[in-house]
Amino acid sequence: MNKNVDLQSIAIRCDDVSKNYGKIEALKDIHLEVSKGEIFGIIGPDGAGKTTLFRILTTLILADKGTAAIDGYDVVTDYKEIRKRVGYMPGRFSLYQDLTVEENLNFFATVFNTTIEENYELIKDIYVQIEPFKNRRAGKLSGGMKQKLALSCALIHKPSVLFLDEPTTGVDPVSRKEFWGMLKKLKTQGITILVSTPYMDEASLCDRIALIQNGQFLKIDTPKNIVKQYKNKLWSAKSDNMSKLLSDLRNIEATKNCFAFGDCHHVTVFDAQFTISDFEIILGKLSHKDIQIVEIEPTVEDCFMELSQN
Amino acid sequence: MFLPKMIFMFPIMVLMVFPWAASYEIKNLNLSVVDNDHSPYSQQLIQKITSSGYFKLTDISSNYETALKSIESKQADIILEIPSNFEKNLINKQGGKLMISANAVNGMKGGIGMTYLNSIIADYNQGIMEEMQPATSSISTIPTIQLDTQYRFNQHLNYRVFMVPALMVMILTLICGFLPAVSIVFEKELGTMEQINVSPVPKIIFILAKLIPFWIIGFIVITIGFTIAWLVYGLVPAGLFSTLYLFTAIYILTVSGLGLVISNYASTLQQAMFIVFFFMLLFIMLSGLYTPIDSMPEWAKWLAAFNPLKHFMVVLRSVYLKGSNPIQLINEMLALLGFALFFNTWAVLSYRKSS
Repeated sequence: MNKNVDLQSIAIRCDDVSKNYGKIEALKDIHLEVSKGEIFGIIGPDGAGKTTLFRILTTLILADKGTAAIDGYDVVTDYKEIRKRVGYMPGRFSLYQDLTVEENLNFFATVFNTTIEENYELIKDIYVQIEPFKNRRAGKLSGGMKQKLALSCALIHKPSVLFLDEPTTGVDPVSRKEFWGMLKKLKTQGITILVSTPYMDEASLCDRIALIQNGQFLKIDTPKNIVKQYKNKLWSAKSDNMSKLLSDLRNIEATKNCFAFGDCHHVTVFDAQFTISDFEIILGKLSHKDIQIVEIEPTVEDCFMELSQN
Repeated sequence: MFLPKMIFMFPIMVLMVFPWAASYEIKNLNLSVVDNDHSPYSQQLIQKITSSGYFKLTDISSNYETALKSIESKQADIILEIPSNFEKNLINKQGGKLMISANAVNGMKGGIGMTYLNSIIADYNQGIMEEMQPATSSISTIPTIQLDTQYRFNQHLNYRVFMVPALMVMILTLICGFLPAVSIVFEKELGTMEQINVSPVPKIIFILAKLIPFWIIGFIVITIGFTIAWLVYGLVPAGLFSTLYLFTAIYILTVSGLGLVISNYASTLQQAMFIVFFFMLLFIMLSGLYTPIDSMPEWAKWLAAFNPLKHFMVVLRSVYLKGSNPIQLINEMLALLGFALFFNTWAVLSYRKSS
């Protein structure tokens, strides 16, 4: 690929970025390239280093090592330029709670030297939903509405790159779905979106994802490819005694790993020779009743679990 | 909106109420008398003491032990013991002896009560001397020194005159120094600071935007203070208002610099509040508001010299009571300007480090 074209089409680039907090290594040699107009997901558990990465990219903190650039501007030397062109929505609701919805929006528009009218088109779809409450104080909004207001405020200056740090944490499933719908629409406007989430089910909604754990990327690929690379057979198991089932399954020699997934357990086995009925027989001997084992398609979460084991 | 109301109600409250309550004048001291003499002279002395208005005769005990009990039960603050033969000794020109013992749990009260009682007895003594040596001629045989006391700048030793300017300084310190500190730390804690940090708004604009409203409020509040001092206490500065406002401006700059330093080091409201309380207490204790700085030990005097609150208090009192002008107050001005420079430089340097 031509290097120049490459540079122009890349919105976010990280090379060798590391950050330590005292003895804790929050980020270790992170490499990342996000193309323009992409929805890129950073998927990982709490404490994996997602927020630290966001804070480095939004010029809030400095990396100990490595370089990072947004739209070709270096986060250290050109931080002023970056601040003009990125939108950041932190994980915690951080707008002025004692200002009304409209005042908040107006305030952030002014801070970015623009007006609500100028970029109203961009936020219209989101803002109309909270417009009926525009005279309500931001602190008195519900979780879903707070999140819409925060997104509106992050978009008010028509950023070219949008950073969303766990935008759906603590938001109800309906609002979460709506929120991802909004992100898809923003993508069509050419806005690059870097979004982090601890919810694996949201991963499939991203164009590409990076799985992160303990400050390191486990894998970067499209959700489909990540799932495709899952080589093992995956079974879902249920019985009348779920907690005993988990330990019993783990005790079976052929079991590679086994995790609780909501109302069932996901099991992978070492040996392709083993069949579901073999397992049912073993579990039946261990006095389990109503045993149900079926083969299922792996999800991103299964891939994450497997990758994080290695 | 609670805080905006509070910002204006607080100074009014403080200036209207505190000067009436906080006074060094001690009245209604409870006196217990042990009169072992029961003579006309001792009666006369007791009468003189009670008619002074400072003492209330709460109890007459038969001996010192029972009087001490009444101090222990807090019924009396001070004991006056008159020995037997008090009158006889006086008349025989052998001189009398009295014993005063004061409850010094509250040292100030005990000390002041003692002083009052001393001066009343001295006065009484003078009377007796005149009585026993009737002036046969116009020239007294014993030359005495007559004291003519005059309180300059505050003729009636009115404590309110003394308190009001001091209270204005405290209010200004809170509003222009500590409120902005707390409000910046609050933005840190809330996360809104981060939102502003990722915007193109430079830090200096953010900080000025935080400070300027408090500066304006500070000027309004001190003006309210001047008005209350005039309307309620009839206090009009002997000096110029321009001098007062000039020093107010310098002082506001000083304390807001200190506020910024605090906001740089504190990352939560709890920390900020604790530092603020620490400084506020230190400033007030070493300001000369409660105890004169001249009576402090040497090291405390040094500490007090680094207290901007003290310097501004000196300025306000001098301008209000003595009518000093900026040239006469050049030391205070230099000190305050020095602090302003020091705190603001520190604030800028520590801010760079933390970001």
